[in-house]
Amino acid sequence: MKLGVLFSGGKDSVYAAYLAKKNKHELSCLISIHSENKGSYMFHTPNISKTKKQSEVMNIPLIIQKTSGEKEIELKDLEEAISKAKLKYKIQGVVTGAIQSVYQSTRIQKICDKLGLECFNPLWQIDEEEYLKMLIKDKFKTILVGVFAYPFDEFWLGKEINSKFLKEIKLFNEKYQIHVAGEGGEFETFVLDCPLFSNSLKIKNKKILKEGENSFRMEVEL
Amino acid sequence: MILLISMCSDKLHELEFVKPIENVVGKCLVRHYKNFTLKDIEKADKVIISGTSLKDDFFLKELERFNWIRDYAKPVLGICAGMQIISLIFRGKLRKKKEIGYYRENFVKEFLSLKDEHEVYHLHNNYVSLPKDFIKFTDSKIPQAIKHNSKNIYGVLFHPEVRNSKLIEEFLNLV
Repeated sequence: MKLGVLFSGGKDSVYAAYLAKKNKHELSCLISIHSENKGSYMFHTPNISKTKKQSEVMNIPLIIQKTSGEKEIELKDLEEAISKAKLKYKIQGVVTGAIQSVYQSTRIQKICDKLGLECFNPLWQIDEEEYLKMLIKDKFKTILVGVFAYPFDEFWLGKEINSKFLKEIKLFNEKYQIHVAGEGGEFETFVLDCPLFSNSLKIKNKKILKEGENSFRMEVEL
Repeated sequence: MILLISMCSDKLHELEFVKPIENVVGKCLVRHYKNFTLKDIEKADKVIISGTSLKDDFFLKELERFNWIRDYAKPVLGICAGMQIISLIFRGKLRKKKEIGYYRENFVKEFLSLKDEHEVYHLHNNYVSLPKDFIKFTDSKIPQAIKHNSKNIYGVLFHPEVRNSKLIEEFLNLV
C-alpha cells in the first residue's frame, strides 16, 4: 500500500516508517507539520526543519505544512497536508509513530476516516523498554535534542540512545517516573542514521537553548 | 494455553491490534483468522478474538470460520471486531455506528472488573444488536459489553488493551 508518513524526524515516526517498509508497504511521502506552538499536543517541534535532510537521505519526497499550532487550526492544517499527500502521491494510508497518546491518535484516525485512508500506528501501546531495545538492535542512531523534565540538564543533549542510555533512563524511571521512551514529553529525539537512510547525517554545528529550569533544546546544523 | 486470533487483513496492523493484547496475555498461540484450525481451538483453554482497523471489515464476509463459537464450552472474549463476530454468530444484526476515541460508559453490573463509569477507547464503524441469550452490562443504547446467559462468552465493542487491560487480566483469571 502507498503510505504517507506523519514525520517529525524523531525516533517514533522514523521507526514507524521503518516497520511499514519492513512489512512491504511503499513509503510514498513524508508529511511534516511545522508548528509555531512549542507546547503543541499534536506535533513535536525541535529540529523539524531538519526533516528535509532526512527526506533526502531516505529518497522520499517531503510535504511541509506550517501551522500556528492553535488547537483546532493545527488539525485543519494536518488534514490539508494529508489531503495534499493523497492528491499528489496517491497515498492510500497514513503511518504514525503514536505510542500512548489517545489525544493524537483519535484525531489522526478521524482525519484518515474523513479522507478515506487507512491509518497505521505500529508502535501503539508498545512496551517502552522493548521498543528502545528494538531501536538499538535495528541500528538506529538516535540522539536527544530536547529535555524538558527534572532531573535532566543540558549535558543530556546529544546523548545517543544505546544500551548505556537504556540503563540510565530505567533508573530515572524508577526514581523520577520519567517515561523510558519519553512519551510524557520528558525528552525529544532526532534520528541521524537508520536502515532507511542512504547515508548517516553528521552534525556540523549545534546551539543549546535554555528554556526553563530543566528544559533545554539543541538546535543542530547538518 | 490461550489462543489469540488476529482479525487484521494487513500484517502491519497486527502490531497495533494484536501485539498489545499479546503483551497483556503473555505466552500464547497467535493465529490469523484465516489460518487457525479446529485443533488449535480444541487445544486452547481460552480464546481471544482481536479487533482490527476502522477500514478493515473483510472478516464480515468470512463469518462461517467462526461457527464453532456456538457450541464452544470454554471462555471466549471478542474485542471490537471479535465482539461483532460473536454477536453475528448468535444472530444479532449488524448496524452502523461510528465511534472513535475515549467515551464514558456506565457499567450497571460488574463486567470483568469494570463497574460504574469508565473511560473506554472506541474505534469502530459498526455494532451488532444484542443477540438472544446475551445480556449487556452498560446502560448505553448500543451493546458495549455483553456476556452469554449461560456460557463464558464475552464481548466488548471497545479496546480494553488501551488503558483497561485489567479487563483482559480478569478474563484470563476465569476458572
